[in-house]
Amino acid sequence: MTETITALSGTPTAAREPILEIRDLHVGYGYGESPVRALRGVNLTLHRGEVLGLAGESGCGKSTLAYAATRLLPPPGLIMGGEVLYHGAQGSGEPPVDILSMTDKELRASRWEDVAIVFQGAMNSLNPVYRIGRQLMDAIAAHRKDSTKAERAERARELLSMVGIAPDRVSAFPHELSGGMRQRVMIAMALALEPKVLIMDEPTTALDVVMQRQILEQVIDLRDRLGFSVIFITHDVSLLIEVADRIAIMYAGEIIEEASASDVYRRPRHPYAHGLLHSFPPLHGPKRPLAGIPGSPPDLQALPSGCPFRVRCDHVMDACSQIQPVLGPTRLNEPGRQVACLLHDAALAPTLPESLSR
Amino acid sequence: MSHPAHESETAAAAPPLRATALPPTTDPVLQARGLTKHFPVGGMRSKSVVHAVDGIDLSLRGGQVIALVGESGSGKSTVARLLARLYPQTGGEVLLHDAPVTALRGRAFRAYCHRVQMIFQDPFASLNPAKSVRYTLTRSLRIHQPKLRGAKLEAALYALLERVQLQPERYVDKFPHELSGGQRQRVAIARALAADPEVLLADEPISMLDVSIRIGILNLLQDLRDRLGIAILYITHDIASARYFADETHVMYAGRIVESGDSESVTQQPAHPYTQLLVRSAPDPEHMGGNVTQGRGAEPPNMVRPPTGCRFNPRCPFATDICREQVPVLAELADGHRVACWGYADAEQAAAAGTDLSALPVLGENKVEVTS
Repeated sequence: MTETITALSGTPTAAREPILEIRDLHVGYGYGESPVRALRGVNLTLHRGEVLGLAGESGCGKSTLAYAATRLLPPPGLIMGGEVLYHGAQGSGEPPVDILSMTDKELRASRWEDVAIVFQGAMNSLNPVYRIGRQLMDAIAAHRKDSTKAERAERARELLSMVGIAPDRVSAFPHELSGGMRQRVMIAMALALEPKVLIMDEPTTALDVVMQRQILEQVIDLRDRLGFSVIFITHDVSLLIEVADRIAIMYAGEIIEEASASDVYRRPRHPYAHGLLHSFPPLHGPKRPLAGIPGSPPDLQALPSGCPFRVRCDHVMDACSQIQPVLGPTRLNEPGRQVACLLHDAALAPTLPESLSR
Repeated sequence: MSHPAHESETAAAAPPLRATALPPTTDPVLQARGLTKHFPVGGMRSKSVVHAVDGIDLSLRGGQVIALVGESGSGKSTVARLLARLYPQTGGEVLLHDAPVTALRGRAFRAYCHRVQMIFQDPFASLNPAKSVRYTLTRSLRIHQPKLRGAKLEAALYALLERVQLQPERYVDKFPHELSGGQRQRVAIARALAADPEVLLADEPISMLDVSIRIGILNLLQDLRDRLGIAILYITHDIASARYFADETHVMYAGRIVESGDSESVTQQPAHPYTQLLVRSAPDPEHMGGNVTQGRGAEPPNMVRPPTGCRFNPRCPFATDICREQVPVLAELADGHRVACWGYADAEQAAAAGTDLSALPVLGENKVEVTS
């Protein structure tokens, strides 16, 4: 089964060299006394050439994380602390730069060049009154000022054929393309300057499953060829398990579990991860009754004390309301995975439930 | 279409969710016969139409869930709206207990609504944000049961909320913005139940909800089906949820039904090349790496000028001339499992189409064995 999983997710991250490190990131919405704390101390590392999946329900802060890390967060969103380190040149020994403390000029030079983003609903983020070729060339013109127009046009054609669109469509307007093609144009645009990191925020949510699969296969193929790293954000965990090398699951503004895709799928360690995986009816295999997760996603303005998931959790203990769990090693001390749950603290919980210790 | 207790291989290995011992198939409550809807486009002088739905046959029976699966633009929501009488149809008919329905407004329409209710996709839009849950539900109760007043009305209101698993005391005076998506959808379901309907038309009832609460809504609808014997039409683009929830699944492509049968056969042994593409494309961690090559790279068809013959033919790797010229007949594969594909036609059907077996497409190993 492991072979089949790598069929899509491709190259293993042998080097494990970090490219983007998010450290203790805090983000709030709104000013004054009680901002909504959308991200609370998030730590996440993206390695070179890796596809990192970010999963969670709406409102858990996954898009906020992407926008904060690229400093694209619109007001009233406010970065309240932390750093985002970008490791530019490979093995050059240069110190990493903190994206959050860049000057405007540095930021402008770095955006799209180092870290590019494919937005949620990308199909609608093309300008309807310009031909797509022009929109592709704009980004190149802004960053490669000494390029000629002919070079830029050539690059635009090359980019389109890279994502499987006939190069003569450069002169098409967005409305002349189908949803899937517009999404490909957005991906081509993000890759225009050969960024090292590509952030994809729900890139296929608005598309049909058939188109979704085609686009994902294309992104993975491009990743293998061009070697960029991807942060892939979606609420569809079953999709992530196929696409991602590693998965981080978020709940109420925190990462609650981080592990390789197959580990998350086969051996979830957090009750929420377990519940989320059992919220998707399987297409094959035995049919069994599913329960989903009782209750509703939390209100970030009125989070319960201690563990934010405790009100929906089947394994809640007394300690859960007093101690806020932090991301740490699992109880079984598995390398390469982390979980934020008190059940993994042997001093607090006598045993790990069977469903979380397989 | 009969509905036998299906026993495909997978179903035999693990017992199905609930014993499929539904009440022995009763007469259909709501039926569509040759239902067709064309929307005019291109202004006053234009004669072009969008072929949204072309000749759909469906039967909804009490205590049964029928899923209609298809990609966006395949016409599945139009079918629901036609059945809810929100549009007049271009052709064909809707039958309620074998009587043709023509009502579109007035008293007759209200009488129809009393029996056929609809749940919409987006509970954030389908509830009035300025009115409390109490108002929304009592209004629906008063419209459909005008004699309810006072304490009886209050009791009915509480019973409705309990039926959708919301604690009445806690939720009756809430406004939609105070509720989560799942709770709102439950209120929308309660509003539909206020009419005490025989049929629920659920148009993508879970696609706007958070993933962890979707199953809860499906389980609730399943419970209503079992306890109240309501017929449910479940419209979705997610074939895995159709397998979980529906007794029968119909797959739509470009305004036509291409395959139908009990959910287990349709998802485990998809026969039509389009259903096969759909099943193979669905994210499934257990069965990965099956490279999807058929039909890829192609776009959904232009519905103003849909392809002649089988509408899937431009994307189908097996298509032959007959697929491009003639609409495929429905072939029966097994009891109740039917597919509209020339690859399954027999000599008789080929002869009726003025050709012979050699002209039919060869599906090779993709062909599902015919057992009937």
